[in-house]
Amino acid sequence: MNNTNSSSIAGNAPGKPPRSRTIERVRSGLKKRHQAERRFRLYGRVAIWLGLAFLALLFVSIVAKGYTAFEQTYIRLEIDFSADNLGLGIQRDRAALSRADYGGLVKASLRSLFPEVTSRRDKRALYALVSPGADFILRNQVLEEPNLIGITKSLWLPANDDVDMFIKGHTERTSEDSGRLKAIQHRWIDRLIAEGRIEKRFNSTFFTAGDSRDPELAGIRGAAVGSFYTLLVTVALSFPIGVAAAVYLEEFAPRNRLTDLIEVNINNLAAVPSIVFGLLGLAVFLNFFGLPRSAPLVGGLVLSLMTLPTIIIAGRAALTSVPPSIREAALGLGASRVQTVLYHVLPLAMPGMLTGTILGMARALGETAPLLMIGMVAFIVDVPSGIFDPSTVLPVQIYLWADSPERGFVEKTSAAIMVLLLFLIAMNSLAVFLRKRFERRW
Amino acid sequence: MQGSTLVITLLALATLAYYAGRSRAFAVAQGKLRNLHSLPIYYGLYTAIWCAAPGLLIAAVWLMLEPTLITKMVLGGLPDNIRQLDKSRLTLVLNDIRNLVHGHAPSADADPALLKAAEHYKSLTATSHAILTIVVLSIAAALGWLALTRIKPHQRARNTVETLLVAFLKICSSIAIVTTIGIVLSVLFESIRFFEAVPVTDFLFGLKWSPQTAIRADQVGSSGAFGMVPVMAGTLLITFIAMLVAVPVGLLSAIYLSEYASPKFRAAAKPLLEILAGVPTVVYGFFAALTVAPFIRDAGQALGLDVASESALAAGLVMGIMIIPFVSSLSDDVINAVPQAMRDGAYALGATQSETIRKVIFPSALPGIIAGVLLAVSRAIGETMIVVMAAGLAANLTANPLEAVTTVTVQIVTLLTGDQEFDSPKTLAAFALGLVLFIITLILNVIALHVVRKYREQYE
Repeated sequence: MNNTNSSSIAGNAPGKPPRSRTIERVRSGLKKRHQAERRFRLYGRVAIWLGLAFLALLFVSIVAKGYTAFEQTYIRLEIDFSADNLGLGIQRDRAALSRADYGGLVKASLRSLFPEVTSRRDKRALYALVSPGADFILRNQVLEEPNLIGITKSLWLPANDDVDMFIKGHTERTSEDSGRLKAIQHRWIDRLIAEGRIEKRFNSTFFTAGDSRDPELAGIRGAAVGSFYTLLVTVALSFPIGVAAAVYLEEFAPRNRLTDLIEVNINNLAAVPSIVFGLLGLAVFLNFFGLPRSAPLVGGLVLSLMTLPTIIIAGRAALTSVPPSIREAALGLGASRVQTVLYHVLPLAMPGMLTGTILGMARALGETAPLLMIGMVAFIVDVPSGIFDPSTVLPVQIYLWADSPERGFVEKTSAAIMVLLLFLIAMNSLAVFLRKRFERRW
Repeated sequence: MQGSTLVITLLALATLAYYAGRSRAFAVAQGKLRNLHSLPIYYGLYTAIWCAAPGLLIAAVWLMLEPTLITKMVLGGLPDNIRQLDKSRLTLVLNDIRNLVHGHAPSADADPALLKAAEHYKSLTATSHAILTIVVLSIAAALGWLALTRIKPHQRARNTVETLLVAFLKICSSIAIVTTIGIVLSVLFESIRFFEAVPVTDFLFGLKWSPQTAIRADQVGSSGAFGMVPVMAGTLLITFIAMLVAVPVGLLSAIYLSEYASPKFRAAAKPLLEILAGVPTVVYGFFAALTVAPFIRDAGQALGLDVASESALAAGLVMGIMIIPFVSSLSDDVINAVPQAMRDGAYALGATQSETIRKVIFPSALPGIIAGVLLAVSRAIGETMIVVMAAGLAANLTANPLEAVTTVTVQIVTLLTGDQEFDSPKTLAAFALGLVLFIITLILNVIALHVVRKYREQYE
């Protein structure tokens, strides 16, 4: 109805210029359109800030959870290294010393601090204040300097995980005995604090020890060394092979079906889920070739297969960025194609290839899933000493700790994540630096 | 390790051969280099390659086959009562023997039969290594000497060396194909064995997933159910949630960064967003399990909702955050590839910037964006650590994001880590799931890569 009406108006007034009508319609819509424009712009801005907020949240939550792990609660105890307390006989050789009763020393010292504790249950609670690892610390000290025997020495020993958590304020004081620490233990802790026997110190154990079931004794050294060996194998395999493959595909390969097939495969492999590489490693390297489980060798093999596509793609990009004039000049001077590539193209492409390799290594360092498949999730206390030793790596250690029920492992996990991120940031900065330093505009 | 000493000796020999070959070239040229076909280093390399390459190949093949052969021989030497054990027991016995050999187990309280076998193993290994050393070193010396004596002034040493080098490069580049074949074969073989125990149709269309098979036949629940539908549904649910986060945020930030942002802001924001892609997935998993999931649960409780502590929502949300930079950088590339002329045309017709983006740039970039989203979906389906740490273990056929669901990758990890039963359908099921995962991601990748390539050609 409306439509016919307006058309009849238009028909009745032919002298009215239609141009002004268009401009009016444009003008009337302009405000709305500008609003839409502003709205759209706002959406974009919100999206970016949302992404950045997620990033900030991630980092803040991890740092907030983990920074306390770099400190550890210690308890000062007077340890009486008498032969009687140690249960030592006349023999003082190494074997006898390492068999001696060091737990007894700690217990005796605690008993002398709290002479009123007599019942069996209370005594056990009292002993639980100090970490079970204190025995080993004392043993190592005695083994190092055997003339400690007979001397009373004041020592700082690591407190148990529950005490540590309480001192750091992660667990609340409970009136009943429902929490991890009993009310009586809280009273003892208060007394120790009043006597100046409890102190938070830098947690060097975290950087020097291997894994442990006790959070206060657990460290990342084993995992870090395992990561180092794994990456060593990865880089030793994937860098030469990746560079060789990139050079072949970019400089020598004829355009035929085989080359196409290789290219399709490389692009696909770059997008295959990492866990599938783990399945490959399990079926081929472990079950078929019988390589040792949990070894950095197998981890490195799997990770190098995984990072190869990344390195090849980066290497090819670096080679294409070398201008053809370099190749033509070398060929013109009589160099063979291999000589041209080896002496002229490859050196110019090397920074780009190195950057790609470092980025690939950074990805391999953070990779967890394929390593779970090849048994690198085992609980391993010893620091590995080669590529055949069973070991674990940093991200897997993080996964293992994150699964542990002890409250103390939460901060340890976050701290391990901080260390891992630090390594990743260092590697990425190196890559950025290399790119900035050696980037050439032709 | 005796293998490594052998390799080092071989390399030392090759270095020696290199210098010998080079000086031999000088000698046959009678001091005049123009008499030679190639530069002297090529004669050196030629000799060195003849010296080292065959030996290295032999050593590699030998060391690869050695454990299998020795194991067979040791098994043959075992007493009858051990040899007649079934296969899985036998594997355990073999492991014990290997532990004895490598000194991982105390030898004092071991079975004397096993100790004897371990001794046998050790002596066989020693003999094998001795033979290998003699064979490899004599072959290396002989071939090196042969190559050295055959150096003549007109020999085309450079061409030979270069052909070999290019052949080596070719082999290196075909490792990609070998890897793909390896993946396919390793998951396929185990999957076929799985499908012998569980019919394919039960696996693909079964509605119940509970892979707990009993170790003894008389236990309750001895027949596990292997229907992958609930597992797949859980995967898709989490992927869907992740896409719901990643696609709008990633796409809008890509549009903003490429169309609106000042160069300065772009230079700051883009690398920052890409940090999200560089954070290891295990970190996201920790974040999801310890920060996001409790937050969602508390928020749900405050609203009176019943939220599982391992809700699909938490895992999906965090996975979405992880994928944001992936979507954003792929869309960024595509948007930047749209020719400037199309923008200018739209502006000339009086369109505002957002109208240009929505009605001109977005439609023409759509194929590329869809390809990017497909790649992101394939990434989300294959993502493991976030879901292992933040999603549930029990298969649950539901579309409710507040409940716990499980995913394909979670099942693979739980089936293959922890206590494994050898060759049971339970462990083989992991490979069947791996096969499904590989096929799905392969299809997504192939489609996406095809679309991207076509799209790129369109504007080039």
